[in-house]
Amino acid sequence: MADVKKIATRVSLGEGLTALAAEHDDFIVMDADVAMATMTNTFRQKYPERFVDCGIAEANMMSMAAGIATTGRVPFVCSFAMFVVGRVFEQIRNSIGYPHLNVKICSTHGGISAGEDGATHQCNEDLTLMRTIPGMTVICPSDDIEARAALKAAYEHVGPVYLRFGRQPVAVINDTEDYSFTIGKGRVLREGTDVALIACGIMVQEALVCAEFLAEEGIQARVINMPTIKPLDESLVLKAAEDCKKVVTIEEHSVLGALGSAVCEVLSEKRPTPVKRIGMQDCYGESGPALGLLDKYGLSGKRIAETVKNWIR
Amino acid sequence: MQTSNLPKIANEIRLNIIEALHASGSGHPGGSLSTADILACLYYKEMNIDPSNPDWPARDRFVLSKGHAAPALYSVLSMKGYFSHEDLLTLRKMGGFLQGHPDMKHTPGVDMSTGSLGQGVSAATGMALSAKLFGDDFRVYTLLGDGEIQEGQVWEAAMFAGSHKLDNLVVFVDNNNLQIDGTLEEVNSPYPLDDKFRAFNFHVIVLEDGHDTAAICAALDEARTVKSKPTCIICKTIKGKGVSFMENQVGWHGKGMTEEQYLQAKEELEKAGEA
Repeated sequence: MADVKKIATRVSLGEGLTALAAEHDDFIVMDADVAMATMTNTFRQKYPERFVDCGIAEANMMSMAAGIATTGRVPFVCSFAMFVVGRVFEQIRNSIGYPHLNVKICSTHGGISAGEDGATHQCNEDLTLMRTIPGMTVICPSDDIEARAALKAAYEHVGPVYLRFGRQPVAVINDTEDYSFTIGKGRVLREGTDVALIACGIMVQEALVCAEFLAEEGIQARVINMPTIKPLDESLVLKAAEDCKKVVTIEEHSVLGALGSAVCEVLSEKRPTPVKRIGMQDCYGESGPALGLLDKYGLSGKRIAETVKNWIR
Repeated sequence: MQTSNLPKIANEIRLNIIEALHASGSGHPGGSLSTADILACLYYKEMNIDPSNPDWPARDRFVLSKGHAAPALYSVLSMKGYFSHEDLLTLRKMGGFLQGHPDMKHTPGVDMSTGSLGQGVSAATGMALSAKLFGDDFRVYTLLGDGEIQEGQVWEAAMFAGSHKLDNLVVFVDNNNLQIDGTLEEVNSPYPLDDKFRAFNFHVIVLEDGHDTAAICAALDEARTVKSKPTCIICKTIKGKGVSFMENQVGWHGKGMTEEQYLQAKEELEKAGEA
C-alpha cells in the first residue's frame, strides 16, 4: 500500500466544513487557539465571519456552543481531543448532553499518533467519555472520504455528535463507487471467516494491512470498518461473530470503554464469543514519531497481525 | 407594567417559592428568596417574552446560571402563565417536569438547563454571540450567584463577552455574600467584584440595595444605552430575604422547612404583601 494516497482526516475536517458552508448558512465553527493544527483555519480563511476563536478557554467554548445551539444555529466546536473532550467532560455532559443540544464536537490529535507532543496531548479516553453520555453519537472516521461524509451526516443529524479526526496521514480506502456513510452502520471491507477484525479510525488501514499478513499465513480475516462507535452496528457485529467465531477489535484508544468494550457488551449479552481487544492497554503514551509509536504500542498492521496470530492459535 | 407594582410581584414570587419548597420538602430557599426582585423586574418589565409561545425565536433570553435558585424561576414562570400554580407544587417530585435544577427540555419558559455552576453564564454568552453573528435583536440576561463566580469558567466567559463587546448581554450577580460553607470571605473571597468585571471590559453597576426594584429597573435601562460592552449589575442582596428567620442565615442555603417554619414564613410574606 506504499503508493496509496494518504490524507490526514484533520485536513478533511477543515475542507469538509468549508464545503458544508457552501450549502448551509446556519452553522458556525469554533476553535480554541489551535485552528492551524485542527485545520479549521481552512474554514476561517474562506468564512471568517462564521468562525469564532474562543481562545484558550475550552470550558467557556463548550458551554457557549450549547447556548448558540439553543438559538437554532449549529456550532461545530473544534480542538484537540484532550481539551475538547477530556478537559470539558462535565460541560459536555450537563450543558450539551443533558438538554440534547445540537452541538457537533470535533476533535483532532486523538490517540498516540498525536506523536511528539507526548502523553499530555495524546488522548486515549475521548471515545469512552463521549460514549457514556446518553444521546451522544460517537464517530471515528477511517479516511478522508469517510471524514467528509461523516461531517455532512453529523450536520444532518439533530442532536449532539462527537467526531474524532486524526493528525496522521491515512490511506484513502473508501474511494469506491458504492461507498456511502450512514450513522450507525459499519462496512465489510474484506471477506473472511477465520477471524473478524473490527476497527475504527486510522486503525482500519492497519487492519487491512494486518489481513494481508494473516493471509500469508493462511488465515482469512474479515475486516470491518466501524466508524460509528455509538450507536454500534450490532447486526454487523453479531454476523461477524456468527461467521468467524472469533472477534478482534482494534482502536487507537484505551481498550477500556470504547469500541472494544462496545463490541464485548453486544456479544456477551447476545452471542458470547471470544474477543481480543487491541488498543492502548490501560497506559499512557509518550513522545515519538507517530508511526514509531503505533508500532511500539502494538498498533501497526504487522504488530496487530502477530497479536492476532498468537491469539487464535 | 408599572414599576410601582414590582415590589408586590417580588413578594408574590417569594410566597410561591416558600409554597413550592414546602411542597417539595427540599431545595434552596436562601438563594431563591434573594433573587425575587431581580426576576420580578426581568419578567414583568424588562424582557420581551410571550408566555403563550415559549420558543418564540425573537424572545429575550434568561439563563439562571445559579440553577439552584430554580424555585424562584419556576415561581415567576408559573405567575407568568408558562404553567399552573398547581404544577409549581410538583417541584422535585419524581416524574414531574420541575427538576431540582432547571431543565429546558421539559419546562416551558426555561431557556437553558443549568445547575452545574459557571456554565450558565457561558451559555448566555453564546446566545448573545449568536444574536450578534446572525443579526438578531434579542437581549440575553443571566443571573450568577456570588459564590458561583469562584468558578474559573465564569471569568473565561467574562473575558469573551468583554473582548467581543457583547452589549446585548446583562450579567446579574446576586451578591448575598453567603455560600454553603460560610461567608465569601471565609471561603475564598472574589472581592472586589466591581473592579474585576470592569477589568474584563464590562460596564458595571453596583446596587447597594439589590432588592430595590426601581433601582434594578433603572440599571436595566442604563444597560440598554451602553454600547460595545456587556453590563454587569451587582446586586447586594440578603440571602433569605423576606423571611425573618432565614435572612442572612447560611444554614438556609439548602434545607427543608418544618410545618411551623412554613406557616411563619407564609404569614410574614402575606403580611408584607398587604403593606
